[in-house]
Amino acid sequence: MAEFNQQSDPDKRPLTAKVQPDGRPLSLKDCEKAGGYRAVRAMLGGMSPGDVTQRVKDSGLRGRGGAGFPTGSKWSFVPMGDNAPRPKYLVVNADEMEPGTFKDRLLLESDPHQLVEGVIIAAYAIQADIAYIFLRGEYVLAEERLKTALAELRAAGLVGKNILGSGCSLEVHLHTSAGRYICGEETALINALEGRRANPRSKPPFPQVCGLRGKPTIVNNVETLCNLPHILNNGADWFKGLSLTPNGGTKIYGASGKVRRPGLWELPMGTPAREILEEYAGGMRDGMKLRAIIPGGASTDFLLESQLDVPMDFDTVAQAGSRMGTGTMIVLDDQTCPVGMVHNLMRFFAHESCGWCTPCREGLPWVEKILAAMERGEGQPGDLEQLARHVTALGMGLTYCALAPGAMEPLGSGLKLFRDDFERHIRDKRCPWS
Amino acid sequence: MLTTETKNEILAELAHSETNRMACIESLKIAQRQSGWVSDEELCEVAQLLGLTPDEVDGVATFYNLIRRRPVGRHVILLCASVSCWVMGYAALRAGLAQTLGVEPGQTTPDGRFTVLENQCLGACDHAPVLMIDNDLYRDVDAEKLGDILARYA
Ligand SMILES: Cc1cc2nc3c(=O)[nH]c(=O)nc-3n(C[C@H](O)[C@H](O)[C@H](O)COP(=O)(O)O)c2cc1C
Ligand code: SF4
Repeated sequence: MAEFNQQSDPDKRPLTAKVQPDGRPLSLKDCEKAGGYRAVRAMLGGMSPGDVTQRVKDSGLRGRGGAGFPTGSKWSFVPMGDNAPRPKYLVVNADEMEPGTFKDRLLLESDPHQLVEGVIIAAYAIQADIAYIFLRGEYVLAEERLKTALAELRAAGLVGKNILGSGCSLEVHLHTSAGRYICGEETALINALEGRRANPRSKPPFPQVCGLRGKPTIVNNVETLCNLPHILNNGADWFKGLSLTPNGGTKIYGASGKVRRPGLWELPMGTPAREILEEYAGGMRDGMKLRAIIPGGASTDFLLESQLDVPMDFDTVAQAGSRMGTGTMIVLDDQTCPVGMVHNLMRFFAHESCGWCTPCREGLPWVEKILAAMERGEGQPGDLEQLARHVTALGMGLTYCALAPGAMEPLGSGLKLFRDDFERHIRDKRCPWS
Repeated sequence: MLTTETKNEILAELAHSETNRMACIESLKIAQRQSGWVSDEELCEVAQLLGLTPDEVDGVATFYNLIRRRPVGRHVILLCASVSCWVMGYAALRAGLAQTLGVEPGQTTPDGRFTVLENQCLGACDHAPVLMIDNDLYRDVDAEKLGDILARYA
């Protein structure tokens, strides 16, 4: 069960306003009393799909799945009107397999209704007929709670045919995955939903035009969708005002590793990493120093302690040479081997490569073996050059999807920032930490 | 062999799936619930129910981490091997499992009680290290707590 210890504050922290102290979700009835589905009712009562998309565009909402693509613009590529291909699909990316990332679990387990309300809003905006929630298989509690929420909604006529008598219909299905990191990549996810091996598809055509079963499809992250009811209720300017930077809204940030209080916090977008780590995560455990962080899941570049004043938003972290990614930071302390940490990450990526394209399928296991040897004290002169060649060869645009370039972010930055540690492993023929 | 009950469950899944193929992964998961893995014979039965070839279904089955094509013990332990757990004590936990059960990841205890498998990030990184046994998540686990946890599974 996900844990969350901040006080409820609907004005400042809309995404977690309905999270209860015991973590249990509200029933539909209590949820509605607390403002749930108010946005859906208002929307069906008087907004056109175009109005909804415009409001979301004006809010500046950017995708919380890691890439930060503007949500309203993404929707606007979907063919609209009577001649649009049918059915159209809205897909929730609830795969959350990025190592070090656990924010969607909180939203799924503690307020499933907020997500489904977001689903209904997004589906209305693109006039989708069918929605799928693609949930990772290991999230069994989220599965149970989503099923309960969907059953309540069907009984209340909030999903299904002719929602609240509006003439709009939306079937919502829950698909639980059988586990593979690449399923989080949106075109691979679509293949998984179709019951195939989850290899990514070539783009174009983009899913917005030709996705699930060849029909227009939008894939959005859980946290992205959870923002929608609040944007509709309170307006675009309110949403922008929640943030400390031009990237609007709040963000669910997280920290794991040897900090005093690992956890999740909903904070204004653009809160500096240092503030999150020191004030919210309580600083480092006694006797430990922070050396670096990976700011947002395994596929982002390391940032050094000296860079922690960076505001955590999409644009600023990118200027600092990394990516905000999922906003859940993994902390490297001064008593943990950075080479070992990079090795662990490469082991993950090598295992999860879908095998479709050669640089990734062959390159990642090679990288993993070099690092494993280094950790065993069997590193060779020339290893670092070999690793650096992979960073170039598996870069953006040279592989079929973004998995391999993502894997190269911690490797490439690790090689630069922890050069001495890598060299010492080779020179001393052992891992200095073991 | 799939029981009539399992087959009916798969047929019910097909009934509300847009296409048979779209029910492929769910059908394999249903089949797997019988004995924790999917045998060749059962895979062929699933393929027949779906109207796909056994090769197509096996191509799908072997792609996904949570579908198992080899026998497992009565309980499956998924040990999180990802980065936050690695920082927080995965190695000690793995050693603790090896000591208590005498098996490494990928192996089943001789009495058929447990299979230990490594899993990618279980998404509970604020309480690392973690593991799952069947559908139960255990957080902040260390070698000392292992004995009590394992005792709950016969
Ligand atoms: C290898 C890989 C794994 C991904 N995993 C996830 C994931 O688990 N959850 C997620 O929301 N997005 C994931 N993404 C990003 C999605 O492809 C997609 O950009 C996102 O779901 C779009 O939603 P958004 O616009 O709301 O952020 C992944 C991308 C790649 C390349
Ligand atoms: S980069 Fe890796 S994960 Fe992506 S298509 Fe190629 S082999 Fe598959």
